[in-house]
Amino acid sequence: MHEFSIAIGIVEAAMDEAKQRNVQVSAVHLRLGALSGVVKHALLFSYEVACQDTPLEGSRLLIEEIPVMVFCPQCKEKRLLESVQCFSCPECLSPTGEVLQGKELEVYALKVEE
Amino acid sequence: MSEPRLIEVRRNILKQNDVIARALREQFRDAGVFIVSLVSSPGSGKTTFLEKTLTQLQPRYRVAALVGDLATENDAVRLARSKAPVKQITTGTLCHLEAAMVQNALQDWDLHQLDFLFIENVGNLVCPSAYDLGENLRLVLMSVTEGEDKPQKYPTIFNSADVAVVTKNELSAAVEFDWDTARRSIESVRPGMQSFRLSAKTGEGMTEYLDFLSHQLAEQRTAVPS
Repeated sequence: MHEFSIAIGIVEAAMDEAKQRNVQVSAVHLRLGALSGVVKHALLFSYEVACQDTPLEGSRLLIEEIPVMVFCPQCKEKRLLESVQCFSCPECLSPTGEVLQGKELEVYALKVEE
Repeated sequence: MSEPRLIEVRRNILKQNDVIARALREQFRDAGVFIVSLVSSPGSGKTTFLEKTLTQLQPRYRVAALVGDLATENDAVRLARSKAPVKQITTGTLCHLEAAMVQNALQDWDLHQLDFLFIENVGNLVCPSAYDLGENLRLVLMSVTEGEDKPQKYPTIFNSADVAVVTKNELSAAVEFDWDTARRSIESVRPGMQSFRLSAKTGEGMTEYLDFLSHQLAEQRTAVPS
């Protein structure tokens, strides 16, 4: 359960960006990879707590879940994995460990008002 | 008030940890020390495994260990029996180690005096996966008593690790552990991952694993331009 420290990191990053621009944040958009090791529900809960008594109190955390994308050496194509339990190409079933996406833990946008 | 608008910021939440980890990795490379981090469930036998590793490497190599735990210094005391320098990092309520903790713990150690440094993470197969500690090799340890499908239950940590060690092999028959099933489970979450099956208690399989570490150290040293 390290989602609370991640939530604090998100709030701090958002506050920092908001302060630089002198804006009020109403929503934080987060990209969360399937291999980030972070549980979405736990993060949403922790976010609310982490926002308390900060300028972000009452803001929403909007999570975009990013599936794992691998490179299949057999097909020579990028493929999305259906499950993190099975690192095989969904088309040709070749095993592949070359991860191209899915580890994201990134605040990529803020919904703000002046 | 103006209309709400969306601004792009692109901030990696773990960037601060990653920056410190990168600095540590450079420091380790310059000092010529090879760093192995250990992750596992609580009770998988990590401390016994590490104690045997330290003891058996010592005739040939200068070794040391950092040990992360929520509380108590019991593990450090046990590991000190190996006569290797050991330091405990007590994380309090934190469920994983972060790069800054490793950096702090190493402040008064001369890394040039070491060949191998082992970092034992807090017993946890979830939270440590995202935190780079600057290690050269991440070793995930599981014991035969945990069941063959542990990798599929914790795919993220197995996917973030470089090598898997299955220990307590002396109990294999008693718990009807099936190596082929375990190997398939590892392979499904981390294709091509090297794995070792051993018993830290009896010593069975330790030589192959220790030779692997020696080889990794030699490889790292030849890769460094003098």
